[in-house]
Amino acid sequence: MEIFNIHGGAKLDGRKSLTADQKIQDIPLPGVLHVPLQQHIGVPAEAIVHTGDHVLKGQLIAVNDSPVSAPIHAPTSGTIERIGDHPAPHPSGLPVLTVTLIPDGKDEWAELPPALDVDTASQEEIANRVSEAGIVGMGGATFPSAIKLNLGQRYDLETLVINGAECEPYLTCDDRLMQERSERAVLGVQAMMKALGVKKGLIAIEANKPKAIQAMKEACADFSNIDVVDVPARYPMGSEKHLVQALTGKETPAKGLTADLGVVVHNVATAFAVYEAVYLGIPLIKRVVTVSGKAIAKPANYDAPIGTPLEYLVELSGGLRVQPQQLLMGGPMMGQPLPDLNVPVIKGSAALLALVGDEIRNKAVMPCIGCGSCVIVCPAGLLPLDMASRIQHDDVTGADDIGVRDCVSCGSCNYVCPSHIPLVQYFNYAKGHLKERDIETKNQERMKTLTERRKAREERNQRLLEEKYAAREREKTLAASSGTQT
Amino acid sequence: MLVMAALTPATAYGFYLFGWPSIFLFIITLGSAFLIEVACLAIARRSISTFAFDGSAMVTAWLLAVSLPPWAPWWIAVLGSAVAIILGKHVYGGLGQNIFNPAMVARVVLLISFPLEMTTFVQPVPLFSEAAPSFMDGLSIVFGFTNIDAMSSASVLDSLKAGIGQGATVNETLSDDYAPVRWMVGTMVGSMGEGAALLLMIGGLVLIFMRIITWYIPVSMLLSLAIIATLFNLIDGRTYPDVMVHLFAGATFLTAFFIATDPVTSPMSPKGQLFFGAALGILLYILRTWSVYPEAASFAVLLMNAVTPVIDRYLRPRIFGRDSKGDPLRMS
Repeated sequence: MEIFNIHGGAKLDGRKSLTADQKIQDIPLPGVLHVPLQQHIGVPAEAIVHTGDHVLKGQLIAVNDSPVSAPIHAPTSGTIERIGDHPAPHPSGLPVLTVTLIPDGKDEWAELPPALDVDTASQEEIANRVSEAGIVGMGGATFPSAIKLNLGQRYDLETLVINGAECEPYLTCDDRLMQERSERAVLGVQAMMKALGVKKGLIAIEANKPKAIQAMKEACADFSNIDVVDVPARYPMGSEKHLVQALTGKETPAKGLTADLGVVVHNVATAFAVYEAVYLGIPLIKRVVTVSGKAIAKPANYDAPIGTPLEYLVELSGGLRVQPQQLLMGGPMMGQPLPDLNVPVIKGSAALLALVGDEIRNKAVMPCIGCGSCVIVCPAGLLPLDMASRIQHDDVTGADDIGVRDCVSCGSCNYVCPSHIPLVQYFNYAKGHLKERDIETKNQERMKTLTERRKAREERNQRLLEEKYAAREREKTLAASSGTQT
Repeated sequence: MLVMAALTPATAYGFYLFGWPSIFLFIITLGSAFLIEVACLAIARRSISTFAFDGSAMVTAWLLAVSLPPWAPWWIAVLGSAVAIILGKHVYGGLGQNIFNPAMVARVVLLISFPLEMTTFVQPVPLFSEAAPSFMDGLSIVFGFTNIDAMSSASVLDSLKAGIGQGATVNETLSDDYAPVRWMVGTMVGSMGEGAALLLMIGGLVLIFMRIITWYIPVSMLLSLAIIATLFNLIDGRTYPDVMVHLFAGATFLTAFFIATDPVTSPMSPKGQLFFGAALGILLYILRTWSVYPEAASFAVLLMNAVTPVIDRYLRPRIFGRDSKGDPLRMS
């Protein structure tokens, strides 16, 4: 299959060898699980259990009554100790409403929905099952997957692309999953293709994972409509729109979806979760997490229940060898910095990284010398140095004019900058600022229309009142005049 | 800084050709530039430990030194460094803020202010050869105790300009001087480090492979210069010298690989850099051919520096998912 070039991008130092040969390990249950009610993009789920309730493994504990949301299930059996704020690895960095569960150690299953027969189930049935299982994009975006499985209703779709690129350094969770659970993942892919109504499935894996490619190829041998494609290891190959460009040569229009090109992209770990939900009725209650970085004594890949405290994972890995200089949830390029380990594993947590010394860049920031390295690597075709200088001068509007909102926050510019300027942080700030401003403008416009309507209403009432008054006056004079006549 | 490493072979060769005076001039230029840089940082209350050793002032001084006449007096070097560091860089706000290439600002200021000293070139007298000035002679020349007029000689482009100005043809003027091979290896009258075109090109290619600079500016500049020179030479070979003269007999290679590629003062996008290089090549030809200054590279660079913000404004890369006007792509 022909692979097309993507614009820009950088060749990264993969650093995957720390955990590439570490099998996915089941872990003993931690003493406590903190399950946040917001683990996805969209509206938080609402708890339907109360403090003191006993729950079973897989039992629904929080529901979604908004379309862009996902339900939450109990990762194991135990007692709800508390429902309250707890720090979460959410981009806001603020505590979120969290269900704290004390496992009873029995790991007793609730009654699960029956398995679906993929051959006979309807498209809606599969999508609904995925929705009920609380599955979200597990590559880190955490967008509710069922919504992306329903796109067939609105778009003319041809292809499902499964993203196994895993282009972030250190991460090996998808690599291991594809090696160890290839058959089940492929069954998941098949179920997703059924839900989308597409004829073709492409599993894209970066060429630096030959074992995963081999395993997935073997697992796909019986499916003539699913192909495994190795794509060049070039960051950010795993970015949805860029992966689609590499596979089809087509560019997704700005503000559009890959579905505009007839393609839907799902992560390979999501495909595995879909397999469990469809074939076994198991909701998304655990995920593979890479625990890595030079500060970790024994880097590993764990199959961790959602809500597992990160501290506990570090303990299992032999603790910290040295004090880490940076803690990250996710990869080093786009991961979320963590203030400490007092946060739980959530559905989007691909990795916990504890980095030291030469693994991170702590060199002094120097002035921009305009070398243009960031321009060459920017996969979005932007001018990072120009945008950053505008944002530094408080000209967020100017940065918007030259496309800061088209930035995918991949961090390639940071990676190559010889002056160590934290470029992408400026862009994230600007994007947040612009979003807030949009909401404000929208609110103001709403207020304006409301005020105008109210004014119009009052004027009308006033006019009616006046007319009424005038009519009464007329009647009076009429009555008076007729009175004088009689 | 790798830029300095890449300049070393050509510079060392310049030392060999022009002897002790050029070595002293080089040391004086870099030394004074360093002291002035530190003084500027102190006045601007910037961290001296962070900025003084970033190498940028040294690269500037190095480029200035190699574009000076090799036997120029010491005060030309000091004044040049001062102009480059103070007027070329720190008045704009220091590293990364300047519009014009500091070394070229200095060279042009010197050229206009002290035309005599700046155009007093000498024939190469290789170090250790009989005619070469000794260590002490070198000091004496740099500090102005020896009159070098007797030894002075015009550079190829200079004599060409003068000859054609008097109505002679290219061939008549150059006659014995026409020696592309000699120009390429640099044994010609000229500035200290501009001559050895081949060594400069090797240094430049190393920088391109190390990804310190991109190929856009050097390639587009050399190409456009070569094309326009060939074109005029074909039209009238008696007035317009051939392409070898333009490529190898002046500061063309030094400019293409080391001066025009200064990241601060050149455009940021590949498209912009291609345009910058091509326009620079044409401008260089125009100025060399029709202006009063035969060594036009520094003027051409400064003029292109001046339009760089405009280039950056109009020549932007196409954004992913958008057309060249910035509107979202349409689905066909």
